Amino acid sequence: MDWAAVGLTLKLAALTTLVLAMVGLPLAYWLATSTRRWRPLVDAAVAVPLLLPPTVLGFYFLMSTGPNTPLGRLYAQLFDGTLPFSFTGILVASVLYNLPFAVRPFASGFAAVDRRLIEAARCLGASGPRTFLTVVLPLSWPSVLAGLVLAFAHTVGEFGVVLMVGGNIPGVTRTIALAIYDDVQALDYAAANEASALLLAFAVAVLGVTYSLQRRTLAV
Amino acid sequence: MTLLDVDFDFHYTSGAGVVCRWEDPVGDPRVTVFLGASGSGKTTVLRCLAGLERPQRGHIRFGDHVWVDAARRIHLRPDQRDVGVLFQEYALFPHLTVAQNIAFGARHMPRAAVAARVGELVDTFRLQGLEARRPGQLSGGQQQRVALARAVFRRPKLLLLDEPLSAVDRPTGDELREELRLLIRALAIPAYVVSHDRVDALTLADRTVLIDHGRVIQSGTTEEVFDHPATPAAARLVGVDTILLGRIAAVDDGLARIVVAGQEVCAQAPTDEGHEAALLIRAEDVALARHDVTDSSVMNRWRATIVAHAAEGPFVRVALDCGFRLSALVTRDAWHRLALAPGDRAWAIVKAASIRALPRN
Repeated sequence: MDWAAVGLTLKLAALTTLVLAMVGLPLAYWLATSTRRWRPLVDAAVAVPLLLPPTVLGFYFLMSTGPNTPLGRLYAQLFDGTLPFSFTGILVASVLYNLPFAVRPFASGFAAVDRRLIEAARCLGASGPRTFLTVVLPLSWPSVLAGLVLAFAHTVGEFGVVLMVGGNIPGVTRTIALAIYDDVQALDYAAANEASALLLAFAVAVLGVTYSLQRRTLAV
Repeated sequence: MTLLDVDFDFHYTSGAGVVCRWEDPVGDPRVTVFLGASGSGKTTVLRCLAGLERPQRGHIRFGDHVWVDAARRIHLRPDQRDVGVLFQEYALFPHLTVAQNIAFGARHMPRAAVAARVGELVDTFRLQGLEARRPGQLSGGQQQRVALARAVFRRPKLLLLDEPLSAVDRPTGDELREELRLLIRALAIPAYVVSHDRVDALTLADRTVLIDHGRVIQSGTTEEVFDHPATPAAARLVGVDTILLGRIAAVDDGLARIVVAGQEVCAQAPTDEGHEAALLIRAEDVALARHDVTDSSVMNRWRATIVAHAAEGPFVRVALDCGFRLSALVTRDAWHRLALAPGDRAWAIVKAASIRALPRN
């Protein structure tokens, strides 16, 4: 077993999930409650990765963050490095690619919270963030947890984006999914089998957790 | 001195909206009912007062405070307006206990002060022993009391109640209405109540604002509005049957003698002697006779003058003057048999059991 790849995969998935919680929760709350005219546009933009082949996302990511692009130069000035073929690169790409897997369950959970409860909180003097923390989140946490679990699991199994953006650098950007691909290329079926079984067991466990969360959401 | 000065337009993007213009003078802490059919926009008016919607034109002033001035882009947030709102179906937080619901509005208050205020409200609203329960474990009446306690926690200057009795069936509704009436009086905070039920206006309201198709069509004291509806639409809202306001002169064994314009009306006692009462008499429950009928079980027999009559399908609607106005609905056959004409004298007869008597203020 390539334990470096396992460790790297878990690190990538954990950080992706953390960033998605910080960015995705406010974004989803805005999507669930806003009445702005361009809200559907943002909604659609968030959903694009659901339909886009990962290689396409990876391709555009490379094209727009290379060292000779404005974004790439800005990043080099600020952090002294490049996004492509680095861990930060695959983290950013992975956050973008996983946005809908987290934001959609979040938003549907928030939208299911009775609007009158939110208005009641506002009339009682609660600010937006306070209303979110004391009313919305306690009533929608199963959806939030489901979104986080899905994003984590989806990152663990990611292949196309990581390969395009990160290359396949052991210890830097080589995740389990890439390691399996390498093992098969090298005809090392025993190693591929071990890693594949691990991912399969993980996927089954995650599905069990999300289904029981969904039942819980329905029961509330 | 004006309590509330309202002149605004508000439209949803869908096009539906309200056009409002009325003024309410300062009085005792007082109850005003917005009366309108469902879909007439009365809840929208309340939402504009609460600050949950932003009128596109006009102003809302509460005393010396400007809540809304669209021209100057002033729109105070709900929590800047010092109002307590009771939502339809109460909107209690299902994941919080009764005590946590009541104290939700607490801000920058020491823990002990919060606990003291909650205790005070638990006493006022008779919620002792329920502090740790969740809203799902309460009866409709208890939920209403918790929602009111939560709304007044921050000592608002004005109460806004959206259809407080729509969530319950009629017998429970009558009970809750009575409780609500007493609580609002005890709180001594001016209140605006949205309702589609004229019984609410008659029992709760000092003033009534009639709303029809998104417009305020009449406002004034409840007596004025119910006695003199200004337009046919207003008359439809307050009802074409007879509504009488009087004072209970005596109560004997559950039966009250209520004095209305010098006449005595006998009905089931809605409350104690000396109090005001509203009486609802449906035209189909009023019978006519040429001569006094002394040997029947009927308790109410009033000398009446025929004022007017009009055919209504197989019936004739007859307007009577008994000292108060009374509307009767009799069959066309009976009307011809009696051979009555405007100006003639007759007797109006109503069983005590068919009069709906309600306590008032």
